[in-house]
Amino acid sequence: MFFFRQIVQKPWVTVEESISDLHGGAEFSLPAAKVGLWVFCAVITSLFLLFIASYSMRMSLADWRPLPEPGLLWLNTAILILSSVALQWARVNARRERIDQVKIGLFWGGGFAIAFLAGQLLVWQQLVALGFFSAANPANAFFYLFTGVHGLHLFGGLVALGRTTAKVRRDGFDMARVRLSVELCTAYWHFLLAVWLVLFGLLLLT
Amino acid sequence: MAYVTHDDAQSVPLAEVGEMELYHAKSWVTKYVFSQDAKVIAIQYSVTAIAIGMLGLVLSWLIRLQLGFPEVFDFITPADYYQFITMHGMIMVIYLLTALFLGGFGNYLIPLMVGARDMVFPYVNMLSYWIYLVAVLVLVASWFVPGGPTGAGWTLYPPQAILSGTPGAEGGILLMLISLALFIIGFTMGGLNYVVTVLQARTRGMTLMRMPLTIWGIFVATCLALLAFPALFVGAVMMTFDSLLGSSFFMPAIVEFGELLDYEGGSPVFFQHMFWFFGHPEVYIVALPAFGMVSDLLSVHARKNIFGYRMMVWAIVVIGGLSFIVWAHHMYVSGMNPYFGFFFATTTLIIAVPTAIKVYNWTLTLWQGNIHLTIPMLFALAFIVTFVNGGITGLFLGNVTADVPLSDTMFVVAHFHMVMGVAPLLVVFGAIYHWYPLMTGRMLDETMGQFHFWVTFLGAYAVFLPIHYLGLLGVPRRYFELTDISFIPDSVQTLSAFVTVVALIVGFAQLVFIYNLIVSRTKGEPAGRNPWRATTLEWQTAEVPPGHGNFGETLPVVYRWAYAFSVPGARDDFIPQNLPPDQVPTDGSVS
Ligand code: HEM
Ligand SMILES: [Cu+2]
Repeated sequence: MFFFRQIVQKPWVTVEESISDLHGGAEFSLPAAKVGLWVFCAVITSLFLLFIASYSMRMSLADWRPLPEPGLLWLNTAILILSSVALQWARVNARRERIDQVKIGLFWGGGFAIAFLAGQLLVWQQLVALGFFSAANPANAFFYLFTGVHGLHLFGGLVALGRTTAKVRRDGFDMARVRLSVELCTAYWHFLLAVWLVLFGLLLLT
Repeated sequence: MAYVTHDDAQSVPLAEVGEMELYHAKSWVTKYVFSQDAKVIAIQYSVTAIAIGMLGLVLSWLIRLQLGFPEVFDFITPADYYQFITMHGMIMVIYLLTALFLGGFGNYLIPLMVGARDMVFPYVNMLSYWIYLVAVLVLVASWFVPGGPTGAGWTLYPPQAILSGTPGAEGGILLMLISLALFIIGFTMGGLNYVVTVLQARTRGMTLMRMPLTIWGIFVATCLALLAFPALFVGAVMMTFDSLLGSSFFMPAIVEFGELLDYEGGSPVFFQHMFWFFGHPEVYIVALPAFGMVSDLLSVHARKNIFGYRMMVWAIVVIGGLSFIVWAHHMYVSGMNPYFGFFFATTTLIIAVPTAIKVYNWTLTLWQGNIHLTIPMLFALAFIVTFVNGGITGLFLGNVTADVPLSDTMFVVAHFHMVMGVAPLLVVFGAIYHWYPLMTGRMLDETMGQFHFWVTFLGAYAVFLPIHYLGLLGVPRRYFELTDISFIPDSVQTLSAFVTVVALIVGFAQLVFIYNLIVSRTKGEPAGRNPWRATTLEWQTAEVPPGHGNFGETLPVVYRWAYAFSVPGARDDFIPQNLPPDQVPTDGSVS
């Protein structure tokens, strides 16, 4: 709605000029990095929506043979949830400026995320051992594709998380910056968790 | 009057403008090579895009030589020919136009025009360029792998794109897909910058509705690109799977050279949907920045405010939205459900409405303007004519019944060259003539400019009008050679030869332009400040060309929209956006 309110302005009318003169410049009262993250999440959403669309289109063709989801995926999902919880812990404590707790949150958040990725690789190994190659059926290929692309996004997040951790461990860090970095990481983690839950749900249901 | 009398109580004191922390280069390398300054990145993007565009140009000459004089140039084999058209198309659309409009003009103009010191994420912005460069290099590398670059056509349709009958099926297609994926990753990094800078880093007083239309065009085009490129990415990744890992996303059961392949059950039409879900917005990714820039060129060089500014903004936004629901008009002959075709024909024709509004508004901007026929203006006027021409043939192709016989003929080639080849390029040229003085401090040579304009403009018509006619006669697209085909008269060959000769002349004129760009850099007439007497912020910087940080000590504060031209009561025929109302010189007619 705010966008709509903006684009009905008449910049050439004198009365509106004085209102426009007061405009501070930024559209949202958020740091640029947060807006950037939101836009980035929109791009990822578009990416996964398109993957899901092609999944459902391909699924309707005759040769589709669904793939049994290994039980390990449940464990991995739980681990990813724990990872998000740990980062949420870091975030809450960053607000309260309790840096020790932030460190703990970051450590476990990163640790669980790595465990999740390792778990996903194990799932791949199990499936390959059972003969579910990507060439054998599109359902298999989609599975590798989804988990792979999701994993790569999480991996990118780990790089950011690593940099945040380095920031916290340096002496004389700037609390405001740390808080922003932690908040960004946490938001991204929750987002990727949501993406994973959607993908996992889709895989389970089909 | 409205702008000159402004009562004092309304003027806002110069308040704190949120300053951003500026990155400072420490060495020559970080200043000019791995630079984080958007202006340097813009130049890097532009030079790379123009360089690879020259390759696209040379390829078009080779294509034309073959078409105009078949059997004369033995060194062009059918396989070469397919590789030429594929690489030509892909280079021109993605690596030249998209990169130049968004990476080049976007980087240069966004921070300057909205009054920011730089992009919001300079480091990511730098990465964006280097990834783009790698994408270009990977693309070029495909000439050096066994089998050469892919010859699948720029649409890369499977199954043929990855089957061995197609040139480049060995390595070329993979390099193409990898290069596209890299391009998209690099673009996304840049795109985040463009969007967030426009949203968050404008200077005080710069409301959305005070932004120049150039920024609106680039902003909406970037949003389209951010949402549409993932479709190409998905298509590219899935096709890579098919070709490397033997999956069957797009590949049906198929026989190759009498041998049944391992593929089974995939659907090539899915790929077409993916491709065009990206491909149609892509048309607007290059058109919308052109729309925006041409609006500003017209307004400045006609000394008149743009007609219907709000309508122009809305049209850009509406066109952007609609461009996501028309994609299947590229697939009328793919065997899809006719009701689908009907739906997409309707949405396609609806896009004509906001587009026509824009054309009317450009024309009305000229009405009673004080038109200066400078080179940028000539190009802007040529754009309007060309875009209307290309748009009208689009209405033909948008209708299923007219499209079916015209599909895959030269008529399509002529249409898309007019509307997304020639028209945006005319704006690119106009914009370069317009902003070159800002980037270098010198004017481009006028005589060479006149030559460049007239040869390009008239030449483009001499090339593409006959191609429309060839298409109507039924000359197919993507054919290496026409042998004796009963429905094609012999005169077609004569016309083709004529087109080739003109195309070579037009190509030569582009070399004159490049020469002009290089020579004027040192020998051009000094431009001074604001040679076109424009209102927008990029011309109001402390130094020309703008230095690091763009503006001097303080950021400019904006008091009016970008189109305060020929305001009654003011002494000059333009009022810069950042001139405080009480300092606007009057002509004495108002108290
Ligand atoms: C310098 C002027 C140009 C000339 C003389 C030229 C000529 C040609 C010719 C003869 C073809 C092959 C048509 C066929 O047989 O299928 C072609 C294809 C194409 N051109 Fe151009 N072109 C020029 C500039 C551009 C520009 C600026 C663009 C950017 C939009 C562009 C985009 C394409 C595309 C997308 C194709 C289709 C490639 C394919 O079939 O896969 N061209 N061009
Ligand atoms: Cu289209």
